[in-house]
Amino acid sequence: MRGIVAGILLLIGTPAFAATPIEEGRYQAVLGDCAGCHGKDLAGGVVLQTPFGRLVTPNITPDRQTGIGGYSSADFRAAMKTGYARGKPLYPAMPYVNYARMPDRDVDALFAYLKSVRPVRHAVNVNQLRFPYNWRFLMRLWNLVFFHTRAPAPSNHGAAWMRGEYLVNGPGHCGTCHTGKNLFGADSGPALGGALLQGWFAPDLGGDHVTGLGGWQASDVVAYLKTGRNGHSIASGPMAEAVENSTTAMTDNDLEAIAVYLKELPPPAARASQSPGDVEQMKRGASLYRVNCSACHGLDAKGEGPLVPPLTGNAVVNQAGADTLVRLVLAGSQAAGTKWAPTRPAMPSLAWRLNDKQVADVLTYVRGNWGNRAEPVAPGTVGDIRAALQGGR
Amino acid sequence: MARLLPKKDAVIIGLGWTGAILAQQLTEAGLDVVAIERGPWRDTATDFNIGYMQDELRYAIRKDLFLNPVLEAMTMRNRPDQTALPMRDYGSFLPGHGVGGAGVHWNGKTWRFWESDFQIHTHLTRRYGADKIRGLQLQDWGVTWDEIEPSFDAFEYLCGISGKAGNIKGALQPGGNPFESPRAREYPNPPLKTGYPPMLFDKVARELGYHPFPQPTANLSRPYVNPLGIAMGECTYCGFCERFGCANYSKASAQTTILPVLMAKPNFEARTECEVLKVNLTADGKAAKSVTYVDARGVEYEQPGEMVLICAYSLMNVRMMLLSGIGTQYDPATGKGNVGRNYCYQTSCGARLFLEGKHLNPFIASGGMGRTIDDFNGDGFDHSHLNFVGGAGISCDPSNGRPIGYRPTPPGTPRWGAGWKKGTVEGYQNAMNIGAQGSSYPVRENYLDLDPTYSDRHGRPLLRITFSFPDNDVAMSHYMSDQLEKIAKAFNPKSYSVARIQKDWNSVPYQSTHNTGGAIMGENPRTSAVNKYLQSWDVPNVFVIGASAFAHNAGMNPTGTVGALAFWAAKAITEKYINHPGALVHA
Amino acid sequence: MPQDATRTWSRRRLLASVAALPILAATADGRNISGELPWSPFAGDPPRPVNPLGWYFFTAGEAATVEAIVDRLIPADELSPGGRDSGCAVYIDRQLAGSFGKGDRLYWKGPFLPGLPTQGYQGNMPPVARYRLGLRALGDYVNRTYGKDFVKLTAGQQDAVLKGLDEGTIALKLAPGFDSKAFFELLLQNTMEGFFADPLYGGNRGMASWKMLGFPGTRYDYRDHIDKYNQPYPLGPVSIYSPMES
Repeated sequence: MRGIVAGILLLIGTPAFAATPIEEGRYQAVLGDCAGCHGKDLAGGVVLQTPFGRLVTPNITPDRQTGIGGYSSADFRAAMKTGYARGKPLYPAMPYVNYARMPDRDVDALFAYLKSVRPVRHAVNVNQLRFPYNWRFLMRLWNLVFFHTRAPAPSNHGAAWMRGEYLVNGPGHCGTCHTGKNLFGADSGPALGGALLQGWFAPDLGGDHVTGLGGWQASDVVAYLKTGRNGHSIASGPMAEAVENSTTAMTDNDLEAIAVYLKELPPPAARASQSPGDVEQMKRGASLYRVNCSACHGLDAKGEGPLVPPLTGNAVVNQAGADTLVRLVLAGSQAAGTKWAPTRPAMPSLAWRLNDKQVADVLTYVRGNWGNRAEPVAPGTVGDIRAALQGGR
Repeated sequence: MARLLPKKDAVIIGLGWTGAILAQQLTEAGLDVVAIERGPWRDTATDFNIGYMQDELRYAIRKDLFLNPVLEAMTMRNRPDQTALPMRDYGSFLPGHGVGGAGVHWNGKTWRFWESDFQIHTHLTRRYGADKIRGLQLQDWGVTWDEIEPSFDAFEYLCGISGKAGNIKGALQPGGNPFESPRAREYPNPPLKTGYPPMLFDKVARELGYHPFPQPTANLSRPYVNPLGIAMGECTYCGFCERFGCANYSKASAQTTILPVLMAKPNFEARTECEVLKVNLTADGKAAKSVTYVDARGVEYEQPGEMVLICAYSLMNVRMMLLSGIGTQYDPATGKGNVGRNYCYQTSCGARLFLEGKHLNPFIASGGMGRTIDDFNGDGFDHSHLNFVGGAGISCDPSNGRPIGYRPTPPGTPRWGAGWKKGTVEGYQNAMNIGAQGSSYPVRENYLDLDPTYSDRHGRPLLRITFSFPDNDVAMSHYMSDQLEKIAKAFNPKSYSVARIQKDWNSVPYQSTHNTGGAIMGENPRTSAVNKYLQSWDVPNVFVIGASAFAHNAGMNPTGTVGALAFWAAKAITEKYINHPGALVHA
Repeated sequence: MPQDATRTWSRRRLLASVAALPILAATADGRNISGELPWSPFAGDPPRPVNPLGWYFFTAGEAATVEAIVDRLIPADELSPGGRDSGCAVYIDRQLAGSFGKGDRLYWKGPFLPGLPTQGYQGNMPPVARYRLGLRALGDYVNRTYGKDFVKLTAGQQDAVLKGLDEGTIALKLAPGFDSKAFFELLLQNTMEGFFADPLYGGNRGMASWKMLGFPGTRYDYRDHIDKYNQPYPLGPVSIYSPMES
C-alpha cells in the first residue's frame, strides 16, 4: 500500500524542471508559502492569533542556535510530514497534515533551499498558547484523532486535475483557511466550503454561482492567483499575502491545474435566497452608498475596470456572514500587488464616520440590491466586529 | 557632526512629480536610488479619505496639504531698489509639500508648450525683427520640438491624459486645438465631460469665429491602466480638485501613476520628513559628492551619491543651487551669473458675467474640464501691429463651487449684511467666469537670489523674489482683458465685469503657482544654468529638473512641459550619462 | 507603526521594511520606505468635531460682542438663520483656540518692518492677538462714542460701526500693519468661513448655508447629473459627519 501511495505521490509531485535542488526547493517554498507564516526572511516571529491563544512562528533559517541549522534532512522530513520536530509535537497551525502529501524528494529539495538562505540569529518564544493548549503533548492525542494521511484521489482524473488536487490539498494547504474547523481546530464541514478565520471569511471555493467560483472561468482563477485580481474580485487581507508570497510565483501550468481542480469541486447544497432589508433601511442604505461608496464602486456597483471590483454578484458581498464586509468598511483594506497588477488600491477606513447602524444599513443595501441576495446585517453584529478589531478603541 | 551613510548611485532631492519620474526611470536602468523628501508620506486611502477629503476649510482655506511658511518662507519685492520682506503666509502661490508634492493637489491641466516656445528667440526675431523683443530676456531653450515630443507623449500616457488631439503629425483633427504643435498620436483617454458654462462658452466662441476645444487634463475620463500597469479610476466631477488629494484614484499624481511600482523596487528608498540642507561639492567645486540632510528629530546625515538630482520644485531648486554654490548668482545690474535669471510667473486676468434664472451647478466640476481657445495664445496670432509679444489661453474652466471661496455676487451687492445674502444666492447659480492665462516673459530685473536678512529655521537664507509684471506682459494682458470683454458681451449677460492687471505683482491674493525659471536650460553656460539635458553646466553630476528650467513661461499651465522635461532628462541620464559620466554638452 | 493584533498571518510589511534596510537604525526619524507601499488598517487623520458648548478662547464679554457682530454681518432673514444662530461665533472661538489662532504655520522670524501693500501682513501678531486687541479697541471706541457696549447698541448703530470699520472711516487704535480695515476683514473672513464651512467646525448649523445656496456639501459623485444642464440638483446636502440625507 505504501509503495503504491509513494508511487502515485512521485507521479504527481513537482516534476524536476529546475537545475539544482536549491532552485527546486525555492519553488517548493513558493508552493508551501513558508514566508506567509515564517516571514519574508524566514526568521519567524510572526504572531498567529488562534482560538487557543498566540502561536509565534519559529525561525526556519539555518542558524544553529535559533533556527534549524542543527537539523538533518530526516529531522526536517519528520517535522513536515509527521508533525514532530525532533520529537517535539508541532501544533497543526503548521499544516503538516497537508505537507504530509509531499513526496520526500520535494521535501528534501525544500530543506536544501532552507539551508541555503541567510541564517538569522532570532530566538522565538513559539508557544504562547493559553493553558492547557500550551501542553504540547496533547498534540499526540490530536494527531491520533484527526491526523489521517489522506488517501490519494481516484485515478480516473486527468493529470492536470491530479496535479491541482495535490497542490490545493498538499503544499498549497488551501483548506487551512478555506475549510471550516471544529472546536479542536481540525477540518470540519465541506472541504474548501469557506471558513471564518480571525475576522476574515475565506470564501467558499466550490461551485456556488455567487458565493463560490461557479461564476468564474478557469482562466479567472488563474488570473486571480497570478495577478491578484480578475473581473470579479481583487485579493486583499490574508489572501493578498498568499498571492504575493506564493501563488503569483507559481508556474502557469500549476495555476491552471489548481483552476481545473477547483472548478470541478461539487457545489454545496442550495442556500435559501435571502430577502433584503426593509424599505426604510434600504432607503438609508442607498443614500449612504451614494455618499460613501459610489465614487469608487459606481452608482451601478459595476466597479471601475481593473481598479475596483464590482459589487454585483460578488462572492465577498454575498457571503453568509458579514465579517469580511464589516471589516473592509471599518478598517479599510489594501489589495494585493503583483508585477502584473501592481496598483494595490486601498479602501479607506470609515470607522470614524459611520456608526454601527449606518454600516449595517449600507451593507444591507449592498447585499440586497442589484440582484445580490444575502441576508441583512444587524447593527449589533457591526458593533461586535468593531470592538474585536479595535480592541475596545 | 553629520553621520555618514553608504553611497547611492543617485540621490534625488524631493519626491514630487519630477523626483518620482526620475526615480522610476533610473531604478529601471538598475541604479540604486534614494529620494529624500522634506514632507510626509502621503497615500490615497490614508490621506485622501473619501469621507473627509471634502473639507474646504481644512484643505482650501487652511491649506493643510501645502508647504507651511514656518518650514520655508520666501521674501519678495517688486523692484531691486526696494527691500524684500517675507511672505509670512503664502498667498499668490502655494508650494506643495510631501510625497507627490503639488502633483497631489493640482487641477490636472496638462499642456504642451509650442514648438515656437522652445526656440522663441529665433522664432520671434525671424517673424518680427529684433526690435520687437528688445528689453525682453527671451532665449531659445536648446531643445527642439522633435527632440522633446516623445517625452510629452510619455508623460501623457503615464498620466492617462483626457483630451482630443488637434494636430497629429501635421494633419489637423476636428474637435482639437488647431494651434497645437504636431503630436505623434491621440491622447490616451477621450476628453472629460463638462458642465454647462464651458458649453455655453464653446458656443459663443464658435460664433465669434474662434476655435474652442476641450482642455487636456489629468483627471481621467474613464478607467485606465498606464504603461507601468497601474490602474486608475474615472473622475466623478466632485468639485474638490485643486488643493485636494483625489479620493478615488482618478487624478494623475506620483501616487496614482508611479509609486506602486517604484516603491516595490529593492533598489529604491524613499526617506520622508528629512530636509536636505545643501549639496556638498568637492573642493574644486566641480562635482557633487553628497547631500547633507536633517531628519525629523534634527539629526544630521550626509548621504553620498554618484549623482545628485535636484527635484524640489522650481523655486526650491534655485535656492538649493545657490545655497550649495552650484553655478553663479545672477546680478541684474551686470547681467552676469547663470543662476537666478529669467524668473517668470503667469500673467492672468479674468472676467465674470452673470446670467439670469440659471442652474449652473458650479459644484459639479473637475479640475480640467474647461473649454479653451488658443486663438490669442503665444505667437499664434499676428503681433505686427501690436505693442507686445506673447499671448494667453482663454478658457471657461470652472473647477468648483465651494462656498467659502466661491461666492460671486452681482455688481452692487454689499459684502455683508442685509443685501449680501440675496446677491450671494442669486450669484451662486448664475455666475460664469472666463479667464486669460497669459505668458510671462523674462526681463533683466525679475530674478531670484538669496535674501540678505531673513533666514529659515536652520539659519539658511530665504529665497528672495524680485518681480513685477513687465510692461510687455501688462500690455498683453490688457489686450486679453479687451478680448474677454468682447466674449463676455457676446453672452448677453445681465451684468459683467472685467479685471485688468496691475504692474506691481501683489503677493497676497492667490493667482497661480506657476513659478518658472531661475535655473534655466539653454545653449550658453553664461546665460543658462543647465544644458539642454537639464545637466548643470558647472557641476556635471548634478541635474536640476523642474519648471526652474523654463527660459520663459508660456500662456499655459506648466506641468505637461515639466513632466516632458523630466522624461527627457531621464532619457539623457540613462542612455548617455550613466555610461559616460561627465558633461553631455560642450559649449 | 502600530502593532495590529488582528492582521495575524504575517507581519510581512513590517518585516520587509526592517529586513531590507540595515541602515534603518542610522536614519531613524522620518520614515524610510522601501519594498512596500505603506498601509495600516484604520489609518487616517479625520477632523475632530468641535464641542458646541461653551467658550474656549473668548471671555464672556468678547463672546457676546462677537455674537452681535456676526449677527449683523449675516443677519437672520427668510433665506437663513443669522450668524449667531448659525454658530459663527462658536466657530471663530474654536479656531482661535486652535492652531489658526496661534498662527502656527506662519513665518514669524524678524525683523518686522513696515511693508508695501504687495508684501502682505508684516506685523508680529497672530490672530489671537489681533482679536484681543481689536475687540478691546472696538469696545473702547463704542463706549466712548455711544456710552454703552456694542451689544447694547441698536442694529442700525451696530451696522454703522461695522460700516465705519469696513470703509476705514473709524480708526481704531490698533497696531502697525493692523488697522481698522484689517480688523474688519479678519472678522468678515472668519465669519464667512464659519457660515459656509462644514458644521463640524461649529458653524453652519444644520448645513443651513449649504441648503440656502443649493450646495450639496461633501458629495463626491456627480456622474449622473453632469449632463443635466440647467437642471437643479435634486439631492440635499451631506456633511463630513452627516453622511446621508436626513
